[in-house]
Amino acid sequence: MLPPQRTARPGGAERRVTRQLSELTIGQKRAIWAWAFLALPVVFYIAIRFYPTAEALRASFTNWNIVGRMQFIGGDNYARLAQDPAFWNVIGNTFAYLGLGVPISMLLSFVVAYHLDRVRFGHGLLRALYFVPHLTTAVAMAWVWRWFYQPPPVGAFNVWLTGLGIAQMPFLRSTTQALPAVLAPAIWAGIGFQIVIFLAGLKAVPRTYYEAAAIDGAGAWRVLFEITLPSLRPTIVFLVVTSSIAYLRIFDYVYAMTNGQGGPLDSTKPLVLMIFETAFKHFEMGYAATQTVVLFAILLVISLVQLKLLRSR
Amino acid sequence: MTTKIGRTGFWLAAILATALSWTGAARAQVEIEYWQYTFAQRVTAIDTLIKQFEAANPGIKVKHTHVPYDDFRVKIAAAIPAGQGPDVVQLFYGWLQDYLKAGLLQPLPAKDFSAVEIEREYFPIVQQMKVDGKYYALPTAVRSLALFWNKTLFKEAGLDPERPPATLDELVDYAKKLTKRSPNGDLIQAGLTIDMGGQDHHWLREVLVRQFGGAPYSSNNKTVAYNTSAGVNATQWYIDLAAKQKVGQIGFLTDGVTAFRSGKAGMTIDGSFRLGALDGQKGLEYGVAELPSYNGVKANFASYWVNGITTKATGPKLDASVKFLKFITTPEAMELWMNTVGELPARRSVAEKDANKNHAKYGPFIRGLTYSYATDFVNETAQRKVFIDMVDKVALKNVPTKDAVAQAAAEEQKLLDGFYNK
Repeated sequence: MLPPQRTARPGGAERRVTRQLSELTIGQKRAIWAWAFLALPVVFYIAIRFYPTAEALRASFTNWNIVGRMQFIGGDNYARLAQDPAFWNVIGNTFAYLGLGVPISMLLSFVVAYHLDRVRFGHGLLRALYFVPHLTTAVAMAWVWRWFYQPPPVGAFNVWLTGLGIAQMPFLRSTTQALPAVLAPAIWAGIGFQIVIFLAGLKAVPRTYYEAAAIDGAGAWRVLFEITLPSLRPTIVFLVVTSSIAYLRIFDYVYAMTNGQGGPLDSTKPLVLMIFETAFKHFEMGYAATQTVVLFAILLVISLVQLKLLRSR
Repeated sequence: MTTKIGRTGFWLAAILATALSWTGAARAQVEIEYWQYTFAQRVTAIDTLIKQFEAANPGIKVKHTHVPYDDFRVKIAAAIPAGQGPDVVQLFYGWLQDYLKAGLLQPLPAKDFSAVEIEREYFPIVQQMKVDGKYYALPTAVRSLALFWNKTLFKEAGLDPERPPATLDELVDYAKKLTKRSPNGDLIQAGLTIDMGGQDHHWLREVLVRQFGGAPYSSNNKTVAYNTSAGVNATQWYIDLAAKQKVGQIGFLTDGVTAFRSGKAGMTIDGSFRLGALDGQKGLEYGVAELPSYNGVKANFASYWVNGITTKATGPKLDASVKFLKFITTPEAMELWMNTVGELPARRSVAEKDANKNHAKYGPFIRGLTYSYATDFVNETAQRKVFIDMVDKVALKNVPTKDAVAQAAAEEQKLLDGFYNK
């Protein structure tokens, strides 16, 4: 047992702190508590997110090659990037993924969710089936699709095509078809998530609106365009922004379906794969950091523009 | 009184014992670190060698660290300048220039590793580890290419399952007999795998170009030299395998290894490191042969991993590192490495022992080593991609072979210039 006088001093300090705390307003106390709870995540975020981000920004102005020292070279990397035809090619591909991926996946997922919302029989099972691809490992799925795209008699798609009397397609071995072919499984996996979010959005539309529309004798299309879609605006904003970010950062499907090459002839290579190659195949960390900063800027601008446009409509 | 003496005696004894154990510990305390990348058989081999080494050198302890391949270079680059990480490190031969530039390696002491002895004992490709007259690293094992053939498919095609093609003409002839197509003309079984993403770019670069009378690079390795009629003819011959002879197809069953492993390709060109995987494939009966010759020219591509001493090792650690490096490059260590990992001994005397040279599976690789070349890659991934794109341009974009070769040569030259003029 400890002698009693030992505890006296810390106890005094405690009392002093308590007294100081009691002099604060409720608002101040709340703020202190909030910060106390936030302290850990904030420290974590600064150490794991903000610090490396700042480091990447700094590295983008150096010619760091992973083994040597960092050497400051000003904006040379940015100038090199602007003149690099490989960079403009991957930017084109990246925006093709975005431009095809977002509208197609939004349309598909909305159509499915809209009809699924009306189905009572087997609703849970159907929803689960649509969601399963989203839970499946991207690499495993990409490989299965890769086999689907094989020439006949191995590839399922070409077997079906030739069965229907249509000429077989080269798919992944074509510079024009490869990008949509890589995008397809990505869309397929992505819509599971989008359907679930759309379903939640549809459930949240007040029934009374539909009842009022029914009393006024509005047709199905009118209801869709005047009630359902406007009510879904927050859902649409969320999905457009998140899926845009996802398609701009596409990597795993491309890597798995093209042997990590982004081929044939770079026709499927997205910006993230170029960053990966520059950093971990060519070990040009400075140049890779520059590409990363550009990707970050693109993501930021597109997200902000989308938020502004879709919200203020 | 007695208790007092007893107590003093006890303390004296205790101090003495502590002091003794400290000096004892100090003697056994030279601990060096060995790093390589994670690969089950390599890890087992080094663990076995360390056990033998520690038994023979009681004063030295070796700590073995293995790092996943993808993080290997990054971790070493971060650790050594910070005074951490390995004293003895394994690296790919093509990384030597980078490591020297970054100051990660020290030259091997000439008194322990004499250049004359190295050049007499090792295969000539190892001389690439000599920079300005000093050797910086030594391999335990080397690897080369060979032709793998499926004996079952040979029998089905009416070919002698024990007689692989010896020349390129025979190769094409056999491949045609091994190719199977459906009534619609779809490829069901390839005669030969065609896969630039695999080992084919080495075959074209170091073997076919030479066999067609050219050379891939200038003698100082700083200039691309295959943009000649020999280079174009070699490339055309390779492209014709799919386009004209129709014995295979780029991307058939996704890649060459998969096609051969699944018994859907009659022949493939691959490295000695594939033996382990193929032996584990049930139902696959295959043979290994030297690469086919052409115009009487034989050539092969060899590559290897080397062991170097890092700049971190000084004083007793340097001495211990030298001892360890000597130990893992002894003939005995090389035999152990071959039997555990499947890679070929780097010393000619070991590799060319009759038992090894005539070994059914190692033999063709070892015989290939005597006439092999190791490309002085500055960026293997990028240089491989140049070859993949070269063939794709002809196959998918109808670019004339001559132009595709010229473009590839220009692109690769840019990579070489970027490296050497830095």
